[in-house]
Amino acid sequence: MSWFQKLLPPKIQRRARENKKSVPEGLWSKCPACNEVLYKADLENNLEVCPKCGHHHRITARKRLDVFLDAEARREIGAEVQPLDPLKFKDSKKYPERLKEAQAATAESDALVVMGGTVKGVPVVAAAFEFKFMGGSMGSVAGERFVRGIDAAIVSRSGLVCFAASGGARMQEGLFSLMQMAKTSASLTRLARERLPFISVLTDPTMGGVSASFAMLGDLIVAEPGALIGFAGPRVIEQTVRETLPEGFQRSEFLLEKGAVDRIVDRRKLRDELAASLAMLMGCSARAA
Amino acid sequence: MKSPTDMRMPNTAITTTDRRAVRVKMPACLARSAFPMKITFLEFEQPVAELESKIEELRFVQDDSALDISEEIQRLQKKSRTLTKEIYAKLSAWQISQVARHPQRPYTLDYIGGLFTEFQELHGDRGFADDPAIVGGIARFNGAPVMVIGHQKGRDIKERQYRNFGMPRPEGYRKALRLMRLAEKFSLPLFTFIDTPGAYPGIGAEERGQSEAIARNLYVMAELKTPVICSVIGEGGSGGALAIGVGDRTLILQYSTYSVISPEGCASILWKSAEQAPEAAETLGITAPRLLGLGLVDRVVDEPLGGAHRDWPAMFGALSGALAEAAAEVKARPLDEVLNARYEKLMRYGRFKEA
Repeated sequence: MSWFQKLLPPKIQRRARENKKSVPEGLWSKCPACNEVLYKADLENNLEVCPKCGHHHRITARKRLDVFLDAEARREIGAEVQPLDPLKFKDSKKYPERLKEAQAATAESDALVVMGGTVKGVPVVAAAFEFKFMGGSMGSVAGERFVRGIDAAIVSRSGLVCFAASGGARMQEGLFSLMQMAKTSASLTRLARERLPFISVLTDPTMGGVSASFAMLGDLIVAEPGALIGFAGPRVIEQTVRETLPEGFQRSEFLLEKGAVDRIVDRRKLRDELAASLAMLMGCSARAA
Repeated sequence: MKSPTDMRMPNTAITTTDRRAVRVKMPACLARSAFPMKITFLEFEQPVAELESKIEELRFVQDDSALDISEEIQRLQKKSRTLTKEIYAKLSAWQISQVARHPQRPYTLDYIGGLFTEFQELHGDRGFADDPAIVGGIARFNGAPVMVIGHQKGRDIKERQYRNFGMPRPEGYRKALRLMRLAEKFSLPLFTFIDTPGAYPGIGAEERGQSEAIARNLYVMAELKTPVICSVIGEGGSGGALAIGVGDRTLILQYSTYSVISPEGCASILWKSAEQAPEAAETLGITAPRLLGLGLVDRVVDEPLGGAHRDWPAMFGALSGALAEAAAEVKARPLDEVLNARYEKLMRYGRFKEA
């Protein structure tokens, strides 16, 4: 608050604040890649992909699943699993406070949302990370929901698709988080035993403990264009090797060139392409729409 | 970028013979010094360090004079032990992580020399290079053939560089993977020794698929058809540690640590300053007793007074016994039961509530 505002009588102050609110905020947004000012509704209708330059903006887990799955017969898996604070972790804030803030900001209870359903008629369990929930970090809840997703996929003879968007393991759960890497990776052995496919979709960003576990274990690994994907963060690497990182380092296109991912697929084509992949691997065919 | 071969130095290969000498005598690095044990003391051990240097001085005097001061020396030695016991009884998590990183702490090849016989080191991932930060090979443990894999740190500056401070690159994990498969094929129980600050954050490491290399190991270890016993002998640093850390039993030495991120790393992210590392160490719960309490490790192996570096032979004896017991427990059950139990154990990791 500036000194001038402080001088205003409270009534005017309040009105000033109300006025601010009544201005429809966030009607426009600027694409960080091409600096084009975009009408938000256009961006939303285009799956948060810039209509001008094709830059893929981040997208919420719910929306991701909503546009991916068929509308009918969806069910959420593992929503009953809720976070705890096993270490009584505290930095500048207590972990339960951070959880509450993240829950309020995202309307999610933790960083992974799992749903069963179909994609163009092909049975699928789809999981998506909510990056806005503590950086999409994987703790006990994400790990357990992932495993319950696999269990559900086995029971319903479905394929598994996971959209990763995560900074890595959740520090606030200490070694429990590290062990989620082992847990999620191990659970994929069961899916493989059933000969059910796992397609891992790497979106911006997929780093650390998520990248170094199930995300890199897909039967197919698909990346969205321009996503940051890697184990160590670029800043950490730069500090360690004291070199400038090569152009496009740790981006999807770089990983494709290095042989780390199978394909790069535009978000607007993901539903069609993934349904087709699943159908081919599962020996069935996808519906037309 | 430096390739691993550029960093290779001559004469760093450790042969079976000079390692076996370690079995009975003091470690080479310690035996070389003027006294059988020239301990490097940590900051919080300064009172002990002062006492010990006093004892050393008295020993010099003793040699020169006719006066018998051995009683006085004994009295001081006893005092030093009591003091060490007192200090070690209430170490903070941060102090323990200093002990875990102690420059004289036995490393994987030391344990291999002390606990195993007929070790033959096997090199290379068959695809790119040999990573000296992870060593492995076949050996005998109490007479039975086994596979051994572990992180390896260096003792002096040259060797530390050569070993990349125990930070593996993708080819290290892939060498480990190759050896795991070999162990499975020939039904050799697998012993792994974990001691790394973490995976190496380098450009080449990312280019060659560090994430995939770690992930693949987690997947393969989860269903590897042979008993797997993992021991954290120093620093259990994050994904780099876990990449050889999935098994039927996880043992941890008393003053070792096992963590999702280093205290410094955690502090610099959450507190925006590495100076808060002691607080981070405390809250991360990285110490052996804490992890045992949380059910994240299966057994804590006690260390000699003042830490493993104070008495290698005693440490070897304690770990050897614990490993023999763990292996016997696992081997007593049919393999499919072992694999199911391993899977169930992995699935139990995590704390959450059900609404």
